[in-house]
Amino acid sequence: MTSPLTSTDISLRVNGEERSATADVRTTLADFLREGLGLTGTHLGCEHGVCGACTVLLDGAAVRSCLLLAVQARGAEVTTVEGLAEGDRLHPVQQAFHDSHAFQCGFCTPGFVMTTVALLAEEPTPSRERIRECLSGNVCRCTGYQSIVDGVALAASRDAG
Amino acid sequence: MKPAPFAYAAPTTEDEVLDLLAEHGDEGKVIAGGQSLLPMLSMRLARPSVLIDLNGVAGLAGITEFDGGVAFGATTRERAAERSALVGDRLPVLAEALPLIGHEAIRNRGTIGGSIAHADASAELPAVAAVTDAQLVLRSRAGGERVLSAAEFFQGHYTTALADDELLTEVRIPGSPPGAGWAFTEVARRHGDFALVGVAAMVVLDDAGSVEAARLCLMGVADVPLRLPAVEASLAGQPVSADTVAAAATDAVAGLELASDVHGSGDFRRHLAEVTVRRALTTAADRAGAPA
Repeated sequence: MTSPLTSTDISLRVNGEERSATADVRTTLADFLREGLGLTGTHLGCEHGVCGACTVLLDGAAVRSCLLLAVQARGAEVTTVEGLAEGDRLHPVQQAFHDSHAFQCGFCTPGFVMTTVALLAEEPTPSRERIRECLSGNVCRCTGYQSIVDGVALAASRDAG
Repeated sequence: MKPAPFAYAAPTTEDEVLDLLAEHGDEGKVIAGGQSLLPMLSMRLARPSVLIDLNGVAGLAGITEFDGGVAFGATTRERAAERSALVGDRLPVLAEALPLIGHEAIRNRGTIGGSIAHADASAELPAVAAVTDAQLVLRSRAGGERVLSAAEFFQGHYTTALADDELLTEVRIPGSPPGAGWAFTEVARRHGDFALVGVAAMVVLDDAGSVEAARLCLMGVADVPLRLPAVEASLAGQPVSADTVAAAATDAVAGLELASDVHGSGDFRRHLAEVTVRRALTTAADRAGAPA
């Protein structure tokens, strides 16, 4: 058995690319993505699992990257908001959010977008009630949420999953 | 980095976990889903020297049939249980409680064993374990295996019978008694928040439509998931009626000592508890086949 580590090399796939960096084992995945790999699209609000801003996909499932240690994601496939667009072409969920004005300041948006991508991958045609339930783990202080629900519904209507 | 420094171990077998726990005792802390522990580490409310990650341990996750009930490996994700046909078929009260835990992103990581070992008295799974008379399997290098009832396991706020060198390896939930109706009802200020109060209930009716057996467990009102054996016993033999249910709900909250905080006053919580007991019992009785 390997002895306990305090710092280690962390290799994982991020947005389809093999990435690797050395980090202290107490580094959260969110801090590793932002500071270790320079992917600052994942935002940090509360840093204790309440606001949802740091939501990323871990092997396809939405998770809070502030509630996961980077060392726990070794070997995993992580998708962040940077991995959605293809060049200048927005991901259909991003485009639908844009078209619906589903954000104001935009700070919480990466988390909402990733939550929506995970939802539509599993349930391509969620009801409005189901959309609201699914978004309930993400906090926005600007929009009042209606336009975000509209954005998800628009993405679903365009078969954006 | 918000957590205080710790060393990290990623064992791959249960034996290795037990060795690490034996070696590090109360300086070691196991992490499963981490959805409660990571915030505690980040706020430095927990400062273990060694974090023992269970996520790579083979055979510790899984949902299997067990003696008419269902056994959950400790690191079974809540989301996996939520999607399990076996859970939907055998454990309706668990199936009803699971979607109320946090949010999907939380349940994608959070585990059945983790929530029960964390023993937050406002959490759903400890209440489910208590109302179903679940059996908790604990193992250690020194003590081997012991199996405790939920009543023996939960001892106080975040406090269980788990010794420092012990690992919760399995949660066994017995099958439902024939004809039982179950309900899990809670009141939270927002979907996914910790509930102010929650109630798990079971009702079995006899041939005449009276209560043959009942179970009641309140969460968020005491330092453990609170079974109410006296109220359960008093329901036996009673006809199912609004009066019976209302009397049981009044009895259920009579002895509660509820503190006030920013989320609600003690009186408000008592009111919520009484209403929630009434709703849970009514729903459970309906599902057991009581005439509307």
